Amino acid sequence: MYQLLKQIAKTGIVTGPAPLPDATLRALEQRLGQLILEHFGRALAIRHVDAGSCNGCELEIHAMNSPYYNLEGLGVKFVASPRHADMLLVTGPVSRHMEVALKRTWEATPDPKLVVAIGDCGCTGGIFGESYASCGRVSNVIPVDVTVPGCPPAPVAILQGILTAITPGR
Amino acid sequence: MTKAFKELGLDATPLAAAMPAFCASIPAGELRGICEQARARKARLVALWGSDETTRRAGYALHLALAFPSGLLWVSVPLSREDPHYPGIADIYPSANRMQRATADLLGIIPSADADRRKWLRHGAWPEGAFPLRKNVEAAARFAQSPDRYPFVPVEGEGVHEIPVGPVHAGTIEPGHFRFSVVGEKILRLEERLGYKHKGIEKRFEQMTLEEGAKLAGRVSGDSTVAYAWAYAMAVESATGTEAPRRALALRGILLELERIANHLGDLGYLGNDVSLSFGFFQFWRLKEDLLRTHAQLFGHRYLMDAIVPGGVAKDLPVAAGEALAGRLAGIEREVATLKSIYDEHAGAQDRFIMTGQLTPELAERMGLTGLAARASGIARDLRVDYPIPPYQQLDPRAASHTRGDVAARVAVRFDEIFESMRLVQTLVQQLPPGEFRAPVAAAAAGARGLGWIEGWRGEVLIALEATAGNRIHRLHPHDPSWQNWPLLEHAVHGNIVPDFPLINKSFNLSYSGTDL
Repeated sequence: MYQLLKQIAKTGIVTGPAPLPDATLRALEQRLGQLILEHFGRALAIRHVDAGSCNGCELEIHAMNSPYYNLEGLGVKFVASPRHADMLLVTGPVSRHMEVALKRTWEATPDPKLVVAIGDCGCTGGIFGESYASCGRVSNVIPVDVTVPGCPPAPVAILQGILTAITPGR
Repeated sequence: MTKAFKELGLDATPLAAAMPAFCASIPAGELRGICEQARARKARLVALWGSDETTRRAGYALHLALAFPSGLLWVSVPLSREDPHYPGIADIYPSANRMQRATADLLGIIPSADADRRKWLRHGAWPEGAFPLRKNVEAAARFAQSPDRYPFVPVEGEGVHEIPVGPVHAGTIEPGHFRFSVVGEKILRLEERLGYKHKGIEKRFEQMTLEEGAKLAGRVSGDSTVAYAWAYAMAVESATGTEAPRRALALRGILLELERIANHLGDLGYLGNDVSLSFGFFQFWRLKEDLLRTHAQLFGHRYLMDAIVPGGVAKDLPVAAGEALAGRLAGIEREVATLKSIYDEHAGAQDRFIMTGQLTPELAERMGLTGLAARASGIARDLRVDYPIPPYQQLDPRAASHTRGDVAARVAVRFDEIFESMRLVQTLVQQLPPGEFRAPVAAAAAGARGLGWIEGWRGEVLIALEATAGNRIHRLHPHDPSWQNWPLLEHAVHGNIVPDFPLINKSFNLSYSGTDL
């Protein structure tokens, strides 16, 4: 126990500053009112859906939970069910085998809801493209508010995409 | 070295590759006999896949990669266009079961009637009787969604009930379906249903040149991008007769070991998290993030994607950068040593780790467990030790080995491998050979074959490649060790309680993307 406490004290706080929103990431005109967004901004519940990624984007979503990025300090929390979520964070080209599951997850998420597509595959279909097995980009299957390109996008970029989605547009 | 194969009655020809490799062609009638003898000689089944040869005036072919002590043997079984059947081998090599079913789904190459003929990769994206990997099906083909019915094995008895989980899971995990049959909290049976991420990777390869394929290979399973990129580069170099410079090989060794360290750090963090030791999660993920940032700074990518290319590596490591890397690793190593002693002495964590999700060495051997998980179940196999290619030949790497086969053993293997990989990277940085880091890649002759085989952090990654005219890919099969290990997860959870499943699953940390393809 002594060693554990010593390690905590030695480590200190490593969290860096959060990024600012970036309007260029916005894919859709803001659909939510300022009032709701102010509310969201203080407590945002996210449900992650991997719709067919290579698992690279998942690595960065995990990394976003590291102490370098104080996610919960920003009011952002990952939840276990779409019914508890305000936002879906979707990775991958949408495989045809995940098409139904993604649509159902979206339908199970209460309105008003936000969708952020993560990674080159989520934005455009990426290297996998569209085929007999792949629907391509996420917006081919469900409406997307914000897209975050990158292969995979770094945690700061994902965080920026999330913050952009919950910031009122012009 | 072909003597061992002569004893099997095989006419094996050597294949130019980084490791000892051979090719042989046999009629379907001899397949079972060869597999029985191979098994008796301690050969392992590394992969099984199929190919469509109708564009080359033939029918279809079944392919096997078998690892003999003397090297890797690529066995091809030509099958007729009209009736591509073969005798199944899943009773000899149990891990062949799902590979046979996937081959049937994609190519219509079907095992004999006594084999398990349930579908595997096919859900609803294409109907029964359509085979998307056949050459006469366009990659852009669209099939109407067909109903997906899958016969799970029902478990009956007093108080037995089912818990269906997924494909969308509660955490940030890849999609897959787990069907638990439980009594109270105890798991009687787990049945996995995967294939949700099938996105047509093998078909996509066939639209690409050898050069273009490198990027896709690095995205078969993103967490093993270095292992796949190296195996792919090896396969291309083997098919084209290209020799990567010595400096490039040493740099590849550094990259592969860094990938191993990064993944093990992340897993150790999550294993702590899953036993409510969130201290472990935050500490290990801090160290992992330090390493990822170092990767980005020195190699231009946090996960080292596209760092290995056919012919060498994309970027050199200057002396100052090598010194910086050595310094950062030494710092991380000291902290991992501290954290190891905290994990070792934490009664709560050890209580959850020990005897949880156990796989005995006997079962592991019989079913063909591989990689990291095998080394926790008494199977001390490691390609870096058993078939050392440069730069490993000079490094004398040690394979981790634990025998208890529980979560604690898989934790211990990860700690051992972090320290060993640290040693390997430090040595490689010190002894980096001078010279070029990338060689030009020759064109491949039509029909040229290549093999790449790399011990990634999870286990052995295989790339089997056949080129066609115009330096393009005729057929490429990327094989993830998760094919072998997923079925063993079903065994490891027997008799455990449902709340321990996430912990057991994490201790294997298998790839969905790598096997759904």
